[in-house]
Amino acid sequence: MSTQTNGLDRRSFLKTGLAGATGLVIGFYLPGRKEVLAATRAGVDGATAPGTLNAWVQVTPDDVVTIVISKSEMGQGVQTSLAMLAAEELECDWKRIQTVFAPAEVVYFDPAFRMQGTGGSQSIHSAWMPMRQAGATARMMLVQAAAQKWGVDASECHAENGAVVHAATKRRATYGSLAEAAAKVTPPDKVTLKDPSQFKVIGKPVKRLDSAIKTNGRASFGIDQRQPGMLHAVVLRCPVFGGKVASFDATKGKAIAGVKDVLQISGGIAVVADNTWTAMEGRRALDVKWDEGPNAAVSSGTIFKGFADACQTPGVVARKEGDAAAGLSSAAQKVEAVYQAPYESHATMEPMNCTAYVQADRVDIWAPTQFQTPSQGIAAGIAGVKLDASFVHTTYLGGGFGRRGWSDFVTEACEVSKAMKAPVQVTWSREDDMQHDYYRPASYVKISAGLGADGNPTTFTARVACDSIMSWFFPGSIKNGMDSSSVEGISDIPYDIPNILVDYHLVAGPVPMGFWRSVGASQNGFFSESFVDELATAAKKDPYEYRKALLAKKPRHLGVLNLAAEKANWGTPLPKGRYRGIAVVEAFGTYVAEVAEVSLDKDNGVKVHRVVVALDCGRVVNPNIIEQQAVGGVVYGLTQTLKNEITIDKGRVQQSNFNDYDMLRMNEMPKIVEVHIVPSEETPTGMGEPAVPPVAPAVCNAIFAATGKRVRRLPIRAEDLT
Amino acid sequence: MAIQFVLNGKPKTVSVNPNMPLLWVLRDHLNMTGTKFGCGMALCGACTVHINGEATRSCITPISSVAGKQVTTIEGLSPDHSHPVQQAWLEIDVPQCGYCQSGQIMTASALLAKTPHPTDAEIDDAMAGNICRCGTYDRIRKAIHEAAKIQAGGAKAAGATADDGAELVASAEVVVTGGA
Repeated sequence: MSTQTNGLDRRSFLKTGLAGATGLVIGFYLPGRKEVLAATRAGVDGATAPGTLNAWVQVTPDDVVTIVISKSEMGQGVQTSLAMLAAEELECDWKRIQTVFAPAEVVYFDPAFRMQGTGGSQSIHSAWMPMRQAGATARMMLVQAAAQKWGVDASECHAENGAVVHAATKRRATYGSLAEAAAKVTPPDKVTLKDPSQFKVIGKPVKRLDSAIKTNGRASFGIDQRQPGMLHAVVLRCPVFGGKVASFDATKGKAIAGVKDVLQISGGIAVVADNTWTAMEGRRALDVKWDEGPNAAVSSGTIFKGFADACQTPGVVARKEGDAAAGLSSAAQKVEAVYQAPYESHATMEPMNCTAYVQADRVDIWAPTQFQTPSQGIAAGIAGVKLDASFVHTTYLGGGFGRRGWSDFVTEACEVSKAMKAPVQVTWSREDDMQHDYYRPASYVKISAGLGADGNPTTFTARVACDSIMSWFFPGSIKNGMDSSSVEGISDIPYDIPNILVDYHLVAGPVPMGFWRSVGASQNGFFSESFVDELATAAKKDPYEYRKALLAKKPRHLGVLNLAAEKANWGTPLPKGRYRGIAVVEAFGTYVAEVAEVSLDKDNGVKVHRVVVALDCGRVVNPNIIEQQAVGGVVYGLTQTLKNEITIDKGRVQQSNFNDYDMLRMNEMPKIVEVHIVPSEETPTGMGEPAVPPVAPAVCNAIFAATGKRVRRLPIRAEDLT
Repeated sequence: MAIQFVLNGKPKTVSVNPNMPLLWVLRDHLNMTGTKFGCGMALCGACTVHINGEATRSCITPISSVAGKQVTTIEGLSPDHSHPVQQAWLEIDVPQCGYCQSGQIMTASALLAKTPHPTDAEIDDAMAGNICRCGTYDRIRKAIHEAAKIQAGGAKAAGATADDGAELVASAEVVVTGGA
């Protein structure tokens, strides 16, 4: 399987199950809870280590508790927060735990995705029950083992701080001393989880488990893998999307000392050498003629014209309530606008890479992957081995943001390793990474609203045109031209409006599409929350008060909106030249409102001084990590708002590195980003992405407050500020 | 061609193409992978090392230019995680994905060697060349101020920090209040 037909859509999977899953090399199998809890970690060589109590928990005689992390750690803190869930119920010593990343196995499938993968801010939500159950099950087995050893009833024993205690006789046995016996105990049918009032770890600002090795150079990312006899490779890919190799001359490349081979693979020309730099030098010397294919005349201009043309006619309905046409025609006031957002690159700090070793009877990949199941299948397919001989070793990910949901780098490494019969690391340059990404869709929307005499909206319509992520991720999965990820963040507009019509045009194009931190809401949140600000202006009302009145039936939106406004002292005077803007967006079940404080400067453009974040992600698991993710989300959002865009000319990406696609930097970081959390007892939801969407509208609404001029396309340009 | 320099306090001789950047000598030739590749054009700072004490982008530094010089990488900053910047990074719990942090720490430690008590503006100026896509800038700023304090007050118990990453409660100023 060298082409990719894998992927996921959170909601589509939940709704349609296996309908879109054609082409996957692994069948979907979701074990029941009891089966899962009884399952032990098979380990990479199929051997179960002693003291393994279930697929997530192993205890060794030295009293070290190992917790298996089935999600990819890409900065969002799952290594720590998922371990906390198991540790809470396990009653172990937090200082004596260690974690390992799970091998690719069915037992680690995410129940929402029905495969092993990390995305959609799903980890803490989907792990909330299973990880605690795994911890509780292991604890009960340890207690049972102690009870058997002492000849007492288990109900007389309890677990505390890594040991089982029989209080009546003051006997105490450490988990390590019980582990071997506990592994033989039948897992209990029923586990009782703690009442939240008893939590000792969950809810505390626990420090990250990975900080020490991430401050001394020892954390091992994909690009840091080193195997005996490993070769290094880079790949030259056609700069035009959809193009391919017509012919190539490798003579000059092969002449460079240290270049081992030059070979054609499915994605281009691979240059293999004994180090990365020599491989890059060899690539520079290649003479390749490309067949640029049908897309050589495509540009951002032609693409956006296609969007505008599509929006002349009705699209596929994403949401319909009431009668929008009648609502508009009877409105006291009508507001109309066109918004657009560009392609964006993920720009993870660790460029794409993969290390693979294809052998006759097995394949190993060491990969910074977000999706183990497709990576495993692709590697098995290329190696020509069965799935159970395809071993995925998940490394730390130097950023993910959705990019590493794809496995194109796995394909390349496996193809080159197979040809070279050696372990091979394929490394992408920054230019490769930026020009061969799966981009956040460029998008275009025509919005209109009708207001009643009181200024409140009676009608809201939005017509969205963009390419579809799901049609790229899961060819054939799109039914009736609808991809919910294209309209999320606008079709779910939360305000109390009787007539709503949101429709969508899937405009297919050659630029590869992918999930980008906060996905559809990253652009649709900008569209909808800027436009609502326009309505407040038309109604001559305060933007916060206007939203507040329309969210009376949405308590969680309202909760974060009010908290953000309160903490930002909304309505109080600011120093001269400073302006505020507000926005509220729900994404992946987490609610976030932000207030941005900006000033404008003719020479330096927009300066963002302060961002107040108020969020509701259900029950708080680790406020330390929530705060990190909220602040990081603000930075990610500010980068797309203030700094960059990917543009297309002659069928190729015009940007190449951080000189022309820059990131927000330290000197542009707001002096204050403060995070406030709404207390909640709801099931936890994720924080990896939801802080991103409100940033752009909050900043642009503040700019409107300063200039009286609407910013209707990202990123903000100098001419938007005068 | 044999090139001699001092790497993390020890003499080193490498026989490689003299044009090969120091970054790739470290990573691929010496298998010292703590120094990261980010852009190859000195735009992101992930590859920062010290050459004779100066924060330098190793991705554009030919190995030949390093001959006879002192090179310090993240692996050599301290043997036991005791450098004030490393201590402060743990205290504030700075990293997210962690990929850029070697470079951030090398730039920050070079700053503190010359400017023991940097202002926010001096920090912004020194650190503007180091990108963090995860957006840890606010914690980096706090941690540099913290490191300045540690450096001024004498190091905390050296070598006692390797385990601190697993401390239960973070001391970073996390705003967890809420009251809606």
